[in-house]
Amino acid sequence: MSSKLVVNSNINGQDVEFLIEPQQSLLEILRDAFGLTGTKEGCNDGNCGACSVLFDNRLVNACLVLGVEIEGRKVVTVEGLANINELHPVQEAFVVEDGLQCGYCTPGFIVSTKALLDQNPDPSDDEIRFWLAGNLCRCTGYDKIVKAVRHAARLMNEAR
Amino acid sequence: MKDFTYVSPSSIGEVVGLLSENEGCAALLAGGTDLLVQLRNTNSDVDVVIDVKKISQLNDISYDVDNGLSVGAAVPCSQIYQSDIILEKYPIIIDAASIIGGKAIQNRASFGGNVCNSSPSGDAIGAMMALGATCEIVGSNGVRTVPINEFFIAPGKNILMTDEILVALKVPPPKQYSGSGYIRFTPRAEMDIAVAGVGSYLEVDRKSDQILSARIALVAVAPTPVLSTSVAQMLIGNTPIENTIQMAASLAQESISPITDVRGTAAQRKHLIGVLTKRSLNLAVSRVK
Repeated sequence: MSSKLVVNSNINGQDVEFLIEPQQSLLEILRDAFGLTGTKEGCNDGNCGACSVLFDNRLVNACLVLGVEIEGRKVVTVEGLANINELHPVQEAFVVEDGLQCGYCTPGFIVSTKALLDQNPDPSDDEIRFWLAGNLCRCTGYDKIVKAVRHAARLMNEAR
Repeated sequence: MKDFTYVSPSSIGEVVGLLSENEGCAALLAGGTDLLVQLRNTNSDVDVVIDVKKISQLNDISYDVDNGLSVGAAVPCSQIYQSDIILEKYPIIIDAASIIGGKAIQNRASFGGNVCNSSPSGDAIGAMMALGATCEIVGSNGVRTVPINEFFIAPGKNILMTDEILVALKVPPPKQYSGSGYIRFTPRAEMDIAVAGVGSYLEVDRKSDQILSARIALVAVAPTPVLSTSVAQMLIGNTPIENTIQMAASLAQESISPITDVRGTAAQRKHLIGVLTKRSLNLAVSRVK
Protein backbone atom coordinates (compact mmCIF):
# COMPACT_ATOMS: atom_id res chain seq x y z
CA MET A 1 0.00 0.00 0.00
CA SER A 2 1.28 3.45 -0.86
CA SER A 3 2.06 5.74 2.05
CA LYS A 4 -0.52 8.21 3.28
CA LEU A 5 -0.25 11.90 2.59
CA VAL A 6 -1.33 14.83 4.74
CA VAL A 7 -3.63 17.26 2.96
CA ASN A 8 -4.69 20.71 4.17
CA SER A 9 -7.72 22.20 2.54
CA ASN A 10 -10.89 24.19 3.07
CA ILE A 11 -14.14 22.28 2.71
CA ASN A 12 -17.44 24.17 2.99
CA GLY A 13 -15.71 27.09 4.69
CA GLN A 14 -13.86 25.02 7.27
CA ASP A 15 -10.10 24.51 7.30
CA VAL A 16 -9.41 20.80 7.45
CA GLU A 17 -6.38 18.55 7.67
CA PHE A 18 -6.63 14.89 6.78
CA LEU A 19 -4.69 11.77 5.78
CA ILE A 20 -5.25 10.28 2.40
CA GLU A 21 -3.99 7.55 0.11
CA PRO A 22 -2.93 8.94 -3.27
CA GLN A 23 -5.40 6.88 -5.26
CA GLN A 24 -8.46 8.10 -3.30
CA SER A 25 -10.68 10.42 -5.28
CA LEU A 26 -12.10 13.66 -3.93
CA LEU A 27 -15.49 11.93 -4.07
CA GLU A 28 -14.33 9.13 -1.75
CA ILE A 29 -12.78 11.63 0.67
CA LEU A 30 -15.88 13.82 0.83
CA ARG A 31 -18.19 10.87 1.47
CA ASP A 32 -16.03 8.49 3.53
CA ALA A 33 -13.74 10.79 5.49
CA PHE A 34 -16.04 13.77 5.98
CA GLY A 35 -19.48 12.14 5.83
CA LEU A 36 -20.55 14.64 3.18
CA THR A 37 -22.84 12.14 1.50
CA GLY A 38 -24.82 14.77 -0.42
CA THR A 39 -22.21 14.34 -3.14
CA LYS A 40 -23.31 11.15 -4.88
CA GLU A 41 -21.46 8.47 -6.76
CA GLY A 42 -23.21 7.66 -10.02
CA CYS A 43 -21.06 6.55 -12.92
CA ASN A 44 -17.68 7.26 -11.32
CA ASP A 45 -16.26 8.24 -14.70
CA GLY A 46 -17.35 11.82 -15.34
CA ASN A 47 -20.53 11.21 -17.32
CA CYS A 48 -23.42 11.69 -14.88
CA GLY A 49 -22.58 14.76 -12.77
CA ALA A 50 -24.02 13.28 -9.54
CA CYS A 51 -20.73 14.16 -7.81
CA SER A 52 -20.59 17.80 -9.00
CA VAL A 53 -18.79 20.06 -6.53
CA LEU A 54 -17.12 23.46 -6.67
CA PHE A 55 -13.32 23.35 -6.68
CA ASP A 56 -11.95 26.88 -6.20
CA ASN A 57 -15.39 28.08 -7.36
CA ARG A 58 -15.22 26.04 -10.56
CA LEU A 59 -17.56 23.17 -11.30
CA VAL A 60 -15.86 19.76 -11.39
CA ASN A 61 -16.77 16.08 -11.09
CA ALA A 62 -15.40 14.95 -7.71
CA CYS A 63 -14.85 11.45 -9.11
CA LEU A 64 -12.29 12.85 -11.58
CA VAL A 65 -10.23 14.75 -9.00
CA LEU A 66 -7.70 13.06 -6.74
CA GLY A 67 -8.19 13.94 -3.09
CA VAL A 68 -4.58 15.09 -2.83
CA GLU A 69 -5.19 17.71 -5.50
CA ILE A 70 -7.26 19.83 -3.10
CA GLU A 71 -4.17 20.67 -1.03
CA GLY A 72 -4.34 24.41 -0.33
CA ARG A 73 -7.58 24.79 -2.28
CA LYS A 74 -11.28 25.34 -1.55
CA VAL A 75 -14.07 22.82 -2.07
CA VAL A 76 -17.79 23.50 -1.72
CA THR A 77 -20.31 20.66 -1.73
CA VAL A 78 -24.11 20.78 -1.70
CA GLU A 79 -23.95 20.81 2.12
CA GLY A 80 -22.04 24.10 1.94
CA LEU A 81 -24.70 26.02 0.04
CA ALA A 82 -27.50 26.50 2.58
CA ASN A 83 -27.09 28.17 5.92
CA ILE A 84 -28.50 26.61 9.06
CA ASN A 85 -31.79 28.55 8.88
CA GLU A 86 -32.79 28.50 5.24
CA LEU A 87 -32.28 26.75 1.96
CA HIS A 88 -30.13 28.25 -0.76
CA PRO A 89 -32.39 29.90 -3.41
CA VAL A 90 -31.40 27.17 -5.90
CA GLN A 91 -32.55 24.49 -3.44
CA GLU A 92 -35.77 26.39 -2.74
CA ALA A 93 -36.47 26.71 -6.46
CA PHE A 94 -36.01 22.96 -7.05
CA VAL A 95 -38.51 22.29 -4.22
CA VAL A 96 -41.07 24.81 -5.48
CA GLU A 97 -40.86 23.67 -9.11
CA ASP A 98 -40.72 19.92 -8.27
CA GLY A 99 -37.39 19.68 -10.06
CA LEU A 100 -36.75 16.20 -8.71
CA GLN A 101 -38.23 12.78 -8.17
CA CYS A 102 -35.90 10.19 -6.62
CA GLY A 103 -33.45 12.95 -5.77
CA TYR A 104 -30.23 11.06 -6.42
CA CYS A 105 -29.05 13.45 -9.14
CA THR A 106 -30.38 16.54 -7.36
CA PRO A 107 -27.30 17.58 -5.35
CA GLY A 108 -25.32 17.52 -8.57
CA PHE A 109 -27.91 19.61 -10.38
CA ILE A 110 -28.07 22.08 -7.47
CA VAL A 111 -24.30 22.58 -7.40
CA SER A 112 -24.14 22.82 -11.19
CA THR A 113 -26.96 25.38 -11.20
CA LYS A 114 -25.23 27.44 -8.52
CA ALA A 115 -22.06 27.49 -10.69
CA LEU A 116 -24.12 28.54 -13.72
CA LEU A 117 -25.97 31.36 -11.96
CA ASP A 118 -22.79 32.69 -10.35
CA GLN A 119 -21.39 33.12 -13.83
CA ASN A 120 -24.54 33.96 -15.78
CA PRO A 121 -27.37 35.41 -13.61
CA ASP A 122 -29.96 35.34 -16.40
CA PRO A 123 -29.36 32.32 -18.65
CA SER A 124 -31.61 31.39 -21.57
CA ASP A 125 -33.22 27.93 -21.68
CA ASP A 126 -30.61 26.88 -24.24
CA GLU A 127 -27.79 28.06 -22.01
CA ILE A 128 -29.33 26.22 -19.04
CA ARG A 129 -29.66 22.98 -20.99
CA PHE A 130 -26.15 23.25 -22.41
CA TRP A 131 -24.67 23.97 -18.99
CA LEU A 132 -26.52 21.10 -17.34
CA ALA A 133 -25.64 18.60 -20.10
CA GLY A 134 -23.09 17.05 -17.75
CA ASN A 135 -25.81 16.19 -15.22
CA LEU A 136 -28.06 13.24 -15.94
CA CYS A 137 -31.53 12.68 -14.46
CA ARG A 138 -33.23 9.37 -15.16
CA CYS A 139 -36.67 10.09 -13.70
CA THR A 140 -37.90 13.69 -13.81
CA GLY A 141 -37.05 14.58 -17.35
CA TYR A 142 -35.45 17.93 -17.73
CA ASP A 143 -38.33 20.39 -18.20
CA LYS A 144 -39.02 20.84 -14.51
CA ILE A 145 -35.33 21.13 -13.79
CA VAL A 146 -34.97 23.90 -16.37
CA LYS A 147 -38.00 25.63 -14.83
CA ALA A 148 -36.39 25.32 -11.41
CA VAL A 149 -33.20 26.93 -12.70
CA ARG A 150 -35.19 29.84 -14.17
CA HIS A 151 -37.01 30.18 -10.84
CA ALA A 152 -33.69 30.15 -8.97
CA ALA A 153 -32.34 32.86 -11.27
CA ARG A 154 -35.38 35.03 -10.46
CA LEU A 155 -35.00 34.47 -6.70
CA MET A 156 -31.30 35.27 -6.78
CA ASN A 157 -31.79 38.36 -8.94
CA GLU A 158 -34.53 39.65 -6.63
CA ALA A 159 -32.23 39.25 -3.65
CA ARG A 160 -29.43 41.24 -5.29
CA MET B 1 -8.21 2.53 -8.16
CA LYS B 2 -4.97 0.64 -7.70
CA ASP B 3 -2.23 2.04 -5.46
CA PHE B 4 0.27 4.49 -6.81
CA THR B 5 2.65 7.16 -5.59
CA TYR B 6 1.62 10.77 -6.21
CA VAL B 7 4.16 13.49 -6.90
CA SER B 8 3.68 17.10 -7.96
CA PRO B 9 7.00 18.53 -9.12
CA SER B 10 7.42 22.19 -9.94
CA SER B 11 9.81 21.96 -12.90
CA ILE B 12 9.96 20.16 -16.23
CA GLY B 13 13.44 18.91 -15.37
CA GLU B 14 12.07 17.10 -12.33
CA VAL B 15 9.29 15.56 -14.44
CA VAL B 16 11.79 14.24 -16.98
CA GLY B 17 13.91 12.82 -14.13
CA LEU B 18 10.88 11.06 -12.64
CA LEU B 19 9.81 9.72 -16.05
CA SER B 20 13.32 8.32 -16.64
CA GLU B 21 13.49 6.76 -13.16
CA ASN B 22 10.11 5.08 -13.52
CA GLU B 23 10.45 4.04 -17.12
CA GLY B 24 7.05 3.16 -18.54
CA CYS B 25 5.39 3.01 -15.10
CA ALA B 26 4.67 6.72 -14.66
CA ALA B 27 1.64 8.63 -15.89
CA LEU B 28 1.32 12.39 -16.27
CA LEU B 29 -1.74 13.98 -14.65
CA ALA B 30 -3.17 17.23 -15.98
CA GLY B 31 -6.99 17.44 -15.84
CA GLY B 32 -7.34 13.73 -15.10
CA THR B 33 -10.59 13.37 -17.05
CA ASP B 34 -9.13 10.54 -19.13
CA LEU B 35 -6.36 9.33 -16.81
CA LEU B 36 -8.47 8.69 -13.72
CA VAL B 37 -11.00 6.72 -15.75
CA GLN B 38 -8.17 4.67 -17.28
CA LEU B 39 -6.54 4.03 -13.90
CA ARG B 40 -9.88 2.86 -12.53
CA ASN B 41 -10.99 0.67 -15.37
CA THR B 42 -7.89 -0.97 -16.73
CA ASN B 43 -5.17 -3.19 -15.37
CA SER B 44 -2.74 -0.32 -15.42
CA ASP B 45 0.95 -0.71 -14.71
CA VAL B 46 1.13 2.87 -13.45
CA ASP B 47 3.08 3.08 -10.17
CA VAL B 48 3.68 6.82 -10.13
CA VAL B 49 1.27 9.62 -11.01
CA ILE B 50 3.06 12.88 -11.80
CA ASP B 51 0.77 15.88 -11.40
CA VAL B 52 2.09 18.55 -13.79
CA LYS B 53 -0.25 21.37 -12.79
CA LYS B 54 2.31 23.10 -10.56
CA ILE B 55 4.62 23.74 -13.51
CA SER B 56 4.08 27.26 -14.76
CA GLN B 57 5.02 26.66 -18.43
CA LEU B 58 2.30 24.05 -18.67
CA ASN B 59 -0.36 26.43 -17.37
CA ASP B 60 0.34 29.46 -19.54
CA ILE B 61 -1.28 30.85 -22.65
CA SER B 62 1.02 33.30 -24.42
CA TYR B 63 0.99 35.10 -27.75
CA ASP B 64 3.31 37.37 -29.66
CA VAL B 65 3.22 38.54 -33.26
CA ASP B 66 6.47 36.83 -34.25
CA ASN B 67 6.07 33.44 -32.64
CA GLY B 68 2.31 33.13 -32.47
CA LEU B 69 0.40 31.25 -29.80
CA SER B 70 1.64 28.87 -27.15
CA VAL B 71 -0.89 26.88 -25.14
CA GLY B 72 0.60 25.09 -22.13
CA ALA B 73 -0.25 21.40 -22.22
CA ALA B 74 -2.19 21.48 -18.93
CA VAL B 75 -4.32 24.58 -19.64
CA PRO B 76 -7.98 23.52 -19.23
CA CYS B 77 -10.54 24.09 -22.01
CA SER B 78 -12.47 26.67 -19.96
CA GLN B 79 -9.35 28.82 -19.66
CA ILE B 80 -8.80 28.47 -23.41
CA TYR B 81 -12.25 29.74 -24.37
CA GLN B 82 -12.01 32.60 -21.90
CA SER B 83 -8.83 33.82 -23.61
CA ASP B 84 -9.43 37.05 -25.55
CA ILE B 85 -6.39 36.55 -27.76
CA ILE B 86 -7.51 33.05 -28.80
CA LEU B 87 -11.03 34.31 -29.46
CA GLU B 88 -9.68 37.08 -31.65
CA LYS B 89 -6.94 35.24 -33.53
CA TYR B 90 -7.86 31.54 -33.49
CA PRO B 91 -11.64 31.01 -33.19
CA ILE B 92 -11.25 27.39 -34.40
CA ILE B 93 -9.61 26.62 -31.04
CA ILE B 94 -12.71 27.93 -29.29
CA ASP B 95 -14.87 25.74 -31.58
CA ALA B 96 -13.11 22.68 -30.17
CA ALA B 97 -12.57 23.81 -26.55
CA SER B 98 -16.26 24.55 -26.04
CA ILE B 99 -17.53 21.14 -27.20
CA ILE B 100 -15.18 18.80 -25.33
CA GLY B 101 -17.24 17.18 -22.54
CA GLY B 102 -19.59 19.31 -20.41
CA LYS B 103 -18.78 22.30 -18.20
CA ALA B 104 -17.31 20.26 -15.35
CA ILE B 105 -15.03 18.41 -17.79
CA GLN B 106 -14.02 21.65 -19.53
CA ASN B 107 -12.86 23.08 -16.20
CA ARG B 108 -10.29 20.28 -15.96
CA ALA B 109 -9.60 18.72 -19.37
CA SER B 110 -6.66 20.18 -21.28
CA PHE B 111 -5.77 20.34 -24.97
CA GLY B 112 -2.41 18.74 -24.11
CA GLY B 113 -4.25 15.84 -22.48
CA ASN B 114 -6.54 15.48 -25.48
CA VAL B 115 -3.48 15.32 -27.75
CA CYS B 116 -1.55 12.89 -25.53
CA ASN B 117 -4.58 10.63 -25.10
CA SER B 118 -4.35 10.38 -28.89
CA SER B 119 -7.88 9.27 -29.57
CA PRO B 120 -8.88 9.25 -33.26
CA SER B 121 -11.83 11.44 -32.22
CA GLY B 122 -9.91 14.19 -30.39
CA ASP B 123 -11.63 17.52 -31.15
CA ALA B 124 -8.63 19.55 -29.93
CA ILE B 125 -6.46 17.56 -32.32
CA GLY B 126 -8.68 18.38 -35.31
CA ALA B 127 -8.51 22.11 -34.57
CA MET B 128 -4.78 22.13 -33.88
CA MET B 129 -4.00 20.08 -37.01
CA ALA B 130 -5.95 22.49 -39.18
CA LEU B 131 -3.91 25.34 -37.70
CA GLY B 132 -0.61 23.58 -38.43
CA ALA B 133 0.31 23.42 -34.74
CA THR B 134 3.53 21.90 -33.47
CA CYS B 135 4.13 19.94 -30.28
CA GLU B 136 6.93 21.09 -28.01
CA ILE B 137 8.31 18.01 -26.30
CA VAL B 138 10.97 17.80 -23.60
CA GLY B 139 12.85 14.64 -22.61
CA SER B 140 16.26 13.51 -21.33
CA ASN B 141 17.76 14.36 -24.71
CA GLY B 142 16.46 17.92 -24.65
CA VAL B 143 13.72 19.69 -26.56
CA ARG B 144 12.21 18.63 -29.84
CA THR B 145 9.42 20.13 -31.88
CA VAL B 146 7.14 17.88 -33.90
CA PRO B 147 4.34 18.87 -36.28
CA ILE B 148 1.09 17.68 -34.73
CA ASN B 149 0.18 15.60 -37.80
CA GLU B 150 3.32 13.52 -37.15
CA PHE B 151 2.55 13.03 -33.45
CA PHE B 152 0.07 10.15 -33.68
CA ILE B 153 0.79 6.49 -34.43
CA ALA B 154 -2.41 4.57 -33.68
CA PRO B 155 -5.48 4.88 -31.43
CA GLY B 156 -4.09 5.86 -28.01
CA LYS B 157 -0.50 5.73 -29.27
CA ASN B 158 1.86 8.59 -30.09
CA ILE B 159 5.54 9.29 -30.59
CA LEU B 160 6.26 10.37 -26.99
CA MET B 161 9.12 8.33 -25.53
CA THR B 162 8.74 7.09 -21.94
CA ASP B 163 10.97 9.94 -20.68
CA GLU B 164 9.21 12.71 -22.60
CA ILE B 165 6.52 15.24 -21.75
CA LEU B 166 4.44 17.43 -24.05
CA VAL B 167 5.01 20.94 -22.72
CA ALA B 168 3.01 23.13 -25.09
CA LEU B 169 1.16 23.33 -28.37
CA LYS B 170 2.48 26.09 -30.60
CA VAL B 171 0.48 27.74 -33.36
CA PRO B 172 2.04 30.11 -35.91
CA PRO B 173 0.72 33.69 -36.00
CA PRO B 174 -2.39 33.90 -38.20
CA LYS B 175 -1.66 34.88 -41.80
CA GLN B 176 -3.54 37.81 -43.28
CA TYR B 177 -6.69 36.73 -45.12
CA SER B 178 -6.85 33.35 -43.45
CA GLY B 179 -9.71 31.68 -41.63
CA SER B 180 -10.46 28.37 -39.94
CA GLY B 181 -13.26 26.40 -38.33
CA TYR B 182 -13.92 23.05 -36.64
CA ILE B 183 -17.23 21.21 -36.78
CA ARG B 184 -18.14 17.71 -35.64
CA PHE B 185 -21.21 15.52 -35.60
CA THR B 186 -22.53 13.94 -32.41
CA PRO B 187 -25.96 12.36 -31.79
CA ARG B 188 -26.33 14.47 -28.64
CA ALA B 189 -25.87 18.22 -28.89
CA GLU B 190 -23.27 18.18 -26.11
CA MET B 191 -21.38 15.83 -23.75
CA ASP B 192 -20.65 13.44 -26.57
CA ILE B 193 -17.75 12.14 -28.65
CA ALA B 194 -17.40 12.89 -32.37
CA VAL B 195 -18.75 10.36 -34.85
CA ALA B 196 -16.78 12.44 -37.33
CA GLY B 197 -15.23 15.91 -37.30
CA VAL B 198 -13.50 18.26 -39.73
CA GLY B 199 -11.17 21.19 -39.09
CA SER B 200 -10.52 23.49 -42.04
CA TYR B 201 -7.96 26.23 -42.57
CA LEU B 202 -7.68 28.47 -45.64
CA GLU B 203 -5.45 31.31 -46.66
CA VAL B 204 -6.61 33.31 -49.69
CA ASP B 205 -5.00 35.88 -51.94
CA ARG B 206 -6.88 39.09 -51.36
CA LYS B 207 -6.71 40.30 -54.97
CA SER B 208 -7.34 37.13 -56.96
CA ASP B 209 -9.35 35.38 -54.20
CA GLN B 210 -7.36 32.24 -54.99
CA ILE B 211 -6.62 29.83 -52.16
CA LEU B 212 -2.91 30.04 -51.32
CA SER B 213 -2.76 27.32 -48.71
CA ALA B 214 -5.19 24.95 -47.01
CA ARG B 215 -5.25 22.29 -44.33
CA ILE B 216 -8.16 19.91 -43.83
CA ALA B 217 -8.06 17.75 -40.69
CA LEU B 218 -10.36 14.72 -40.61
CA VAL B 219 -11.33 13.37 -37.20
CA ALA B 220 -12.68 9.93 -36.15
CA VAL B 221 -12.49 8.43 -39.64
CA ALA B 222 -9.02 6.82 -39.45
CA PRO B 223 -6.85 5.24 -36.71
CA THR B 224 -5.61 8.75 -35.91
CA PRO B 225 -6.83 12.22 -36.85
CA VAL B 226 -5.35 12.92 -40.30
CA LEU B 227 -4.60 15.81 -42.60
CA SER B 228 -6.04 15.24 -46.05
CA THR B 229 -3.28 16.32 -48.43
CA SER B 230 -5.36 15.51 -51.50
CA VAL B 231 -8.10 17.93 -50.47
CA ALA B 232 -5.60 20.64 -49.55
CA GLN B 233 -3.83 20.28 -52.91
CA MET B 234 -7.08 20.44 -54.81
CA LEU B 235 -8.12 23.62 -53.02
CA ILE B 236 -4.89 25.50 -53.72
CA GLY B 237 -5.22 27.79 -56.73
CA ASN B 238 -9.03 27.62 -56.75
CA THR B 239 -11.36 30.27 -55.41
CA PRO B 240 -13.42 29.33 -52.35
CA ILE B 241 -16.79 29.25 -54.13
CA GLU B 242 -19.57 26.67 -53.77
CA ASN B 243 -18.34 24.50 -56.61
CA THR B 244 -14.80 24.30 -55.18
CA ILE B 245 -16.11 23.47 -51.73
CA GLN B 246 -18.37 20.74 -53.15
CA MET B 247 -15.38 19.22 -54.96
CA ALA B 248 -13.34 19.34 -51.75
CA ALA B 249 -16.16 17.58 -49.87
CA SER B 250 -16.34 14.77 -52.46
CA LEU B 251 -12.58 14.37 -52.45
CA ALA B 252 -12.52 14.23 -48.63
CA GLN B 253 -15.09 11.41 -48.78
CA GLU B 254 -12.98 9.50 -51.30
CA SER B 255 -9.83 9.96 -49.22
CA ILE B 256 -11.06 8.01 -46.18
CA SER B 257 -11.81 4.39 -45.28
CA PRO B 258 -13.57 4.70 -41.92
CA ILE B 259 -14.66 1.78 -39.78
CA THR B 260 -18.00 0.86 -38.23
CA ASP B 261 -18.01 1.01 -34.44
CA VAL B 262 -20.30 1.76 -31.50
CA ARG B 263 -20.57 5.43 -32.47
CA GLY B 264 -21.40 5.11 -36.13
CA THR B 265 -21.17 3.06 -39.31
CA ALA B 266 -18.56 3.44 -42.03
CA ALA B 267 -21.25 4.64 -44.45
CA GLN B 268 -22.50 7.24 -41.99
CA ARG B 269 -18.97 8.51 -41.43
CA LYS B 270 -18.35 8.80 -45.17
CA HIS B 271 -21.55 10.78 -45.57
CA LEU B 272 -20.75 12.98 -42.56
CA ILE B 273 -17.25 13.82 -43.80
CA GLY B 274 -18.79 15.27 -46.96
CA VAL B 275 -21.25 17.44 -45.03
CA LEU B 276 -18.73 18.49 -42.38
CA THR B 277 -16.00 19.32 -44.89
CA LYS B 278 -18.44 21.63 -46.67
CA ARG B 279 -19.62 23.26 -43.45
CA SER B 280 -16.20 23.70 -41.90
CA LEU B 281 -14.83 25.18 -45.14
CA ASN B 282 -17.75 27.59 -45.29
CA LEU B 283 -17.11 28.51 -41.66
CA ALA B 284 -13.41 29.05 -42.42
CA VAL B 285 -14.28 31.22 -45.45
CA SER B 286 -16.71 33.29 -43.35
CA ARG B 287 -13.90 33.98 -40.89
CA VAL B 288 -11.24 35.01 -43.41
CA LYS B 289 -9.76 38.33 -42.27
